[in-house]
Amino acid sequence: MADVSEAVQDERLKQEGFATKLMKRPELGALAGVVAVTIFFLFTASDTMFTLSGVMNFMTPAAQLGILAIGAAMLMIGGEFDLSIGSMVAFSGLIFGAFVVTFGMPLVIAIPATFAIAAALGALNGTIVLKTGLPSFIVTLAFLFILRGASLVGLKIATGGSTQLRGVRDAVENDFLTPVFSGDAFTGLFAWLAKQEMIDRFSSGMPKVPGIPVEILWFVAFALIATYVLLRTPQGNWIFASGGDENAASNSGVPVRRVKISLFVLTACCATLVAIITVIDAGSTDARRGFMKEFEAIIAAVIGGCLLTGGYGSAIGAFFGAIIFGMVTIGLTYTTIDQDWFQVFLGAMLLAAVLFNNFIRKRVTGER
Amino acid sequence: MAGDTTFHHGAPKTDAQPIVQMRDIEKHFGNIIALAGVSFDVLAGECHCLLGDNGAGKSTFIKTMSGVHKPTKGEIFLNGKPMDFSSPRDAMEAGIATVFQDLAMIPLMSVTRNFFMGREPTKGKWLFKRMDIDKANAATMEAMREMGIKLRSPDQAVGTLSGGERQTVAIARAVYFGAKVLILDEPTSALGVRQTSNVLATIDRVRKQGVGVVFITHNVRHAMAVGDRFTVLNRGKTLGTARRGDITGNELQDLMAGGQEMAALEGSLGGTV
Ligand SMILES: Nc1ncnc2c1ncn2[C@@H]1O[C@H](COP(=O)(O)OP(=O)(O)OP(=O)(O)O)[C@@H](O)[C@H]1O
Ligand SMILES: [Mg+2]
Repeated sequence: MADVSEAVQDERLKQEGFATKLMKRPELGALAGVVAVTIFFLFTASDTMFTLSGVMNFMTPAAQLGILAIGAAMLMIGGEFDLSIGSMVAFSGLIFGAFVVTFGMPLVIAIPATFAIAAALGALNGTIVLKTGLPSFIVTLAFLFILRGASLVGLKIATGGSTQLRGVRDAVENDFLTPVFSGDAFTGLFAWLAKQEMIDRFSSGMPKVPGIPVEILWFVAFALIATYVLLRTPQGNWIFASGGDENAASNSGVPVRRVKISLFVLTACCATLVAIITVIDAGSTDARRGFMKEFEAIIAAVIGGCLLTGGYGSAIGAFFGAIIFGMVTIGLTYTTIDQDWFQVFLGAMLLAAVLFNNFIRKRVTGER
Repeated sequence: MAGDTTFHHGAPKTDAQPIVQMRDIEKHFGNIIALAGVSFDVLAGECHCLLGDNGAGKSTFIKTMSGVHKPTKGEIFLNGKPMDFSSPRDAMEAGIATVFQDLAMIPLMSVTRNFFMGREPTKGKWLFKRMDIDKANAATMEAMREMGIKLRSPDQAVGTLSGGERQTVAIARAVYFGAKVLILDEPTSALGVRQTSNVLATIDRVRKQGVGVVFITHNVRHAMAVGDRFTVLNRGKTLGTARRGDITGNELQDLMAGGQEMAALEGSLGGTV
């Protein structure tokens, strides 16, 4: 009997081409998007957009969003949402600002302490979702408001009535950890390259681009690590399983609760990393920090191939999704196109991505 | 169909100690009494069929055996020792593997990732501890080949497999991880003729390896094709266990439906059920 079925199976085997295989990768859509957007701006934007300084210009916001988007993507693959990421950026910014300015803590203490508080809030989010069985959508929506409001109130308390906390730059200027979270990396290399006339330089001989903004390095490193974890570790398999079918996963011995709570902690920590980077960069923090970033992060994750139903997606896709975002926001300023088209573009991109993902999912599961 | 195809390999050893023994199991969900005192045991290398109509309590019963539900009352013995499972993981570690009615498979994930879900093989140390993908792929292909299914590729999504193939993946997975008792909850209910006989052949193959199989079905023909012993559940109760040869298919059918009603029905349908 087995032989019969083998023979039948064999003759029905169609060789799977490279293209079909590629089609099944979740990040394909985002990669195609990057190519399309690049071509679009090659024709419409001024040449400066794709010079080294132009690239750094759009990669910096892409990196800040991308760190959030990769966290959001991993959580979405795990089957949950976090709408509080944007507010978490503001809240962590406040905590961090208060630690370094109001309490005068050095970064070695202030940064771990800020992460610890954020992680606790992430765990709280996750615990409420898992304990009550309510959709994470609604629970984290509540935290979107709670944290935003708490940031406002906290700022007023910390500053005595203002909604902006200044003086961060002065407080961290001489800290040995500051270069890890702000400024540019590889400045020596860039200066050398400028000297060799291999990159653009000012008439003074200084390079036009002093180095790679550190957030871009964080962004790339995080994307690589997240991809590795998802595709090459048991924990990655657990994330896909938890999002694919919670019941099946836990019946097979996957610690679903632990996986999901860790992912909520991860998104909160991503928000905190972005908060620390941007607060040091700006030298101050305010209550509008991270406003609407939760939506942008989720959109970038969806453009990157994440299904809203969970269990499918990729970190590298979110990476490309965030780059598309950065290119379009900044790219429009290099064109004669009215920048207010941005939101129209955003919505259209989201719709296209969702339709495309839906189509891909049907192919992967063979329409069953 | 399988009425004329039997996969039987002779009489089971009767003097053996059961691997799992369940005594007077009761399970209440609030005021619903799903099980009202069911006793059951499984020997090594036998196929013990659990029959019953929809809602008889079959799934509930095996869920108490596999650690999903805690019985409200009753005792479970594993190799003669009392056991108290608090999670499916406990039962799995004790060698009781279950292929649930819903299969516990994730359609969007590849066969390999499903196969090793929750028990991924790893290589490397500490920070570099990672999934041994090559080993996992090879083991999956091999296990599936042994079950008579040739996979296109280990990356193939489970969603693209047929019902019988999925069922076989689930069974192969349980056997691979060293199940001593394999519980199959209605593995044939959604399958066509050939797929069904494939699954029945798989049950026979697994049994020959010395695994005790609990085969749940409401199809008497499927049960008669592979079963060594038969227990019928009816409205949360059992009327005892019959050995192969001591009972006919028709008698089992009657027991499942609660006797008289079925006899009456059968009369009016001219014995076609
Ligand atoms: N979690 C639960 N809560 C309440 N009642 C339940 C629960 N699980 C099962 N029941 C009830 O227990 C009874 C037995 O259900 P069970 O699923 O064990 O039946 P079954 O024999 O497996 O039926 P089928 O052949 O349809 O799979 C049913 O009346 C069902 O409604
Ligand atoms: Mg059932």
